[in-house]
Amino acid sequence: MLKIFLHQLNIIWSQIVSLWLVFLHLFHKSDTVEYPEVKPHMFPRWRGRIILTRDPDGEERCVACNLCAVACPVDCIALQKTEDEDGRWYPEFFRINFSRCIMCGFCEEACPTHAIQLTPDFEMAEYVRQDMVWEKEHMLIDGTGKYHDYNFYKVAGKAIGGKGKGEALDELPPTDRRSLMP
Amino acid sequence: MFSFQVGSLLNIVLILGVVLTLAALLIWMERRLLGFFNDRVGPNRVGPFGILQSVADVVKLITKEDWIPPFADKLTFVVAPMIIPIVMLLSFAMIPFAPGVGIIDMNIGLLFVMAMAGLASYSAMLGGIASNNKFALLGGLRAAGQMISYEVFMGVSILGVVILSDSFSLRGIVEAQEDGWYVIPQFIGFIVFMVAALAESHRWPFDLPEGEAEIISGFNTEYSGMKFGLFFVGEYIGMLLMACLIPVLFFGGWHAPFGLEFGNEIISGVFWMGAKTMTFVCFFILVRAALARPRYDQLMSYGWLVMLPLSLLNLLITGAIVLIQGS
Repeated sequence: MLKIFLHQLNIIWSQIVSLWLVFLHLFHKSDTVEYPEVKPHMFPRWRGRIILTRDPDGEERCVACNLCAVACPVDCIALQKTEDEDGRWYPEFFRINFSRCIMCGFCEEACPTHAIQLTPDFEMAEYVRQDMVWEKEHMLIDGTGKYHDYNFYKVAGKAIGGKGKGEALDELPPTDRRSLMP
Repeated sequence: MFSFQVGSLLNIVLILGVVLTLAALLIWMERRLLGFFNDRVGPNRVGPFGILQSVADVVKLITKEDWIPPFADKLTFVVAPMIIPIVMLLSFAMIPFAPGVGIIDMNIGLLFVMAMAGLASYSAMLGGIASNNKFALLGGLRAAGQMISYEVFMGVSILGVVILSDSFSLRGIVEAQEDGWYVIPQFIGFIVFMVAALAESHRWPFDLPEGEAEIISGFNTEYSGMKFGLFFVGEYIGMLLMACLIPVLFFGGWHAPFGLEFGNEIISGVFWMGAKTMTFVCFFILVRAALARPRYDQLMSYGWLVMLPLSLLNLLITGAIVLIQGS
């Protein structure tokens, strides 16, 4: 009997204690970040809005290899390859449907030229759904994004106007097959 | 007619207006305070400090589709949400706010308030049955069971106050507390009444008729739009009523503590009555933030096995002491 009574008293005491502890929270600082007034700190590797970058010379990095479109799990990337007179490949159009994009970053991982990159910009709401389809001129920035020194055509073996075979960085001149006689 | 006399038009209009405004403000205040208790900020966007949140809520509720389920009992479904605000507002007619401020002084005011609080349970019961939904029915059943068992010792717990003040009139009870508040001689009665008041107004932790974790939203599962709003407002008016009754019965109503009276007695009385009421409203909100909902069988066994004997014991001892002193 006494045991039951003490047990019940203990229950009531614990209720009073929890009332007091919750009351003390009145004087704690609020954890809420009041977003539109206070911007959260975004980390540089945050996977947000997708951009297309340029190489240090100011040329488009994208070579329209279609690897990003293949890697995209939701098929939100569409592009068409074309070539300029120098032999550089570039996309004729490059279209991302942001209403489908899930910000997985697979396109950035697949990209061989660091052209497509994800940025910490997360404020992507639009009133009209069609406004969420972005074309190349919307996404192409003037800078190099996260990789400042990389220039694909400077290290690649492909010959373009002004750079022949064997003239890339750390590239040996093309082997003369006829000199390789035993 | 336009002076501070009990039952004057000025009193009626002022009390009705203040009670309805406060009930709307309480919704904002509760959410704000709950936010602070949870280390959040609560609604702070509409108007200064979010004080117009209730207005936004009302606009939302009115413009929502007012849907009556085709399987529901139409008449009962429409009538049920009207009952609770009406009876709660009727109870407010009995509350004495200050000398000369009040709507009516019945010599059975306390019984009237109890009767009206009892009728309020019809709102939940009828709403639950008329919805023709199993969760609503369960909520209505719980409301009925909870009301019956908690009404019993709510009535018994205030009988000690009635014995001491020798009056069923609420104004008489407040006037009898001029020399000392009844919370000291009637402490057990106060605790029991407090618990019963929480249960009567469906406040947490006794919100089993709603119990959104178990039975969706209980008796108001099928309600939408302003019909749901009426249940909501009724609950807050009920909470305000209980927070008014506790000072009237146990904390000396309009009497100032420690002789801190100021101005004329109406201003001082209304101020202290309001301050005490708001303290208990805040306490109710604190209880909501802090305590967990009991199981239904725990609720029932606490009611009948702990609270009822406690209140009967309190009544017995109070009666014995009064009899001994009187002889």
